[in-house]
Amino acid sequence: MKVTIDDNSVYCYTNSRDIDSDKPSIVFIHGSGMDHTVWTLAARHFARHGNNVIAVDLPGHGRSSGAPLQSVPAMADWLEKVLNALKVDVTAVVGHSLGSLIALDFSARYASRARALVMVGTIVPMPVSGAILDACKSNDHAAYDMLTQYGLSKRHQYGGNRSSGIWMVGSALRLYERSQPGALYYDMNACNEYQSGLERASAVKCPVLMVLGSEDRLTPVRGTGPLQEAFHQPEVSVLQGAGHTLMMEAPNALLDALHRAL
Amino acid sequence: MAAPDYPGLDTLALHAGSQPDPATGARATPIYQSASFCFPDSDYAASLFNIERAGHVYSRLSNPTNAVLEERIAALEDGVGAIATASGQAALTLAIMTLMGAGSHIVAAAALYGGSHNLLAYTLPRLGIETTFVDARDPQAFAAAIQDNTRMVFAETVGNPGLDVLNIPEVAAVAHQAGLPLMVDSTFTTPYLIKPFEHGADIIMHSATKFLSGHGIVIGGLLVDGGRFDWDASGKFPTLTEPYAGFHNLVFSEEFGPAAFIQRARKEGLRDFGACMSPTTAFHILQGVETLGIRMHRHVENTRGVVEYLSQQEQVSRVGYPELPGHPDQPLATTLLPKGCGAVFSFDLVGGREAGIAFVDALNLFSHLANVGDAKSLVIHPASTTHHRMDAAALAAGGIGEGTIRLSIGLEDPKDLIADLKQGLRAAGKVAAKQSVTP
Repeated sequence: MKVTIDDNSVYCYTNSRDIDSDKPSIVFIHGSGMDHTVWTLAARHFARHGNNVIAVDLPGHGRSSGAPLQSVPAMADWLEKVLNALKVDVTAVVGHSLGSLIALDFSARYASRARALVMVGTIVPMPVSGAILDACKSNDHAAYDMLTQYGLSKRHQYGGNRSSGIWMVGSALRLYERSQPGALYYDMNACNEYQSGLERASAVKCPVLMVLGSEDRLTPVRGTGPLQEAFHQPEVSVLQGAGHTLMMEAPNALLDALHRAL
Repeated sequence: MAAPDYPGLDTLALHAGSQPDPATGARATPIYQSASFCFPDSDYAASLFNIERAGHVYSRLSNPTNAVLEERIAALEDGVGAIATASGQAALTLAIMTLMGAGSHIVAAAALYGGSHNLLAYTLPRLGIETTFVDARDPQAFAAAIQDNTRMVFAETVGNPGLDVLNIPEVAAVAHQAGLPLMVDSTFTTPYLIKPFEHGADIIMHSATKFLSGHGIVIGGLLVDGGRFDWDASGKFPTLTEPYAGFHNLVFSEEFGPAAFIQRARKEGLRDFGACMSPTTAFHILQGVETLGIRMHRHVENTRGVVEYLSQQEQVSRVGYPELPGHPDQPLATTLLPKGCGAVFSFDLVGGREAGIAFVDALNLFSHLANVGDAKSLVIHPASTTHHRMDAAALAAGGIGEGTIRLSIGLEDPKDLIADLKQGLRAAGKVAAKQSVTP
């Protein structure tokens, strides 16, 4: 499904279904340099279970046109416009990595429209190393390599995918390689510069679920304490053995975890 | 923060795709010899059927042992995914059936394995898919043969049996210019000698019966998706970019992005045509893949020794190995195949067909059979065996003469291989000498 926001075409994966105002809605937001396809399994699942599913492509990503947005609040504002265009009033918001920050910012600033917040592979603040930012800025393939390798747990560097025959390293690399030049830099820089996350977290009113990978090297579990403290009684699910790329590394455990909030 | 190196080929060949068995701790990949798999509950079952969860339903579609092999080969080729098939022929057929239907057209190199040639030249036309065969050494011939209904360009990384080296970058550019994927058969080269995706290929097939296994005890194939071809931009592949009624109007490029091709191949082709691999076969192939690197190194070393020996013999009129000076593909081979051009090559004997027969019959160590890529050295006379359905013109187009001998060099001690070849050349020489004095 496509809608137009600020003269740009926005793609939303909806499992080929129209939005039904009688159904609960769930928005899925991808991470840096990715697109809606990272949420395919989960979106298909919750669509079959009677939800409107809306897996967005951020501007300049996947099938959405336009320039990439440059800050997390701008992305949250954009999401609010997308929901308006889709005539979705209240929704659960699920985000991965950068997407989790967008979901957080949206849930805090548009509190009446968020019925649940799920942050997958997350940490606040979310600092990005200078080496990664530099590589992203110059559209250097090394950025894709670093994010792919650090994005998977050490064990999953060698695969072991539950989805038959799919090589996770290759899959992640191809998604990064498909991203529009500059998009990954804007995304990573937005993560790095988002400093109001803890303040926003304290303003979130809806139920919160954090899904973390025990072997995550980009947003390590040990650094999530301040965020957990900022929320009011968040539920935290740590998926054993998974790194940062939880949708690929632990799709079934992630699905089970999502059911706690959705 | 510097990116750590990716694991190397030998490490991936041993580890990619496998983890210690979660149920038993077994370090080797177990053979999951089960046709089907239990569902914990009805909703779980429904979620597996509807591609919401990862897991196994029925071994025609996927199997835990096969999955390790598939992921390992995808890793070695740096693809997004792979499918294990009943044979290399099944892999080729699966790719074609995933991409096209009646009324479509393929441009293929003339220098092909006989089985591939049969499929393209004789069987597929009955299903409405035609093929134009072109000179594997001429990228512009590929361009000239492309039609509006062409849906794939196909060639072998090194042609069978003449070892025409495919100029993958140029042929890939030709294909991509026309909005088409380049599929290559890399059976002879394996990921040890070349990684075709790095040079522009889009789909790779292997007969895993050959070097990937090395032991010659099973038949199997692998189909690998590079994940870089933009099916939506091409606009020529509705099977990947339009709703599929056979799976609740799923649009594969929309839901699986870079893995659209391999997912459609599994969800449709493997399901409907059923040419799946046995888990026991996958296990056997995995044992071979574990030693791929060191075997290929030895294969190439031995081959270079044999090529050098044959090149110096009077009874040999031609040795077709691309590393030799004067071979038409020598410069290209230096660029694309720096680690060697494989262990299968052909040569011509003075004395033609009769000398060839005498040569083959005189060998003891070389096994006379229709296969390549075994750890044991093999010999065959293509004109009377693997390529016997091809007429003289087709043989010539494939670089095959009536006296051409194809060798697949194994891992034996090189001195023993040379000694055996000497016996064969002695026998062939006697035939040739008799021919030269016959009025």
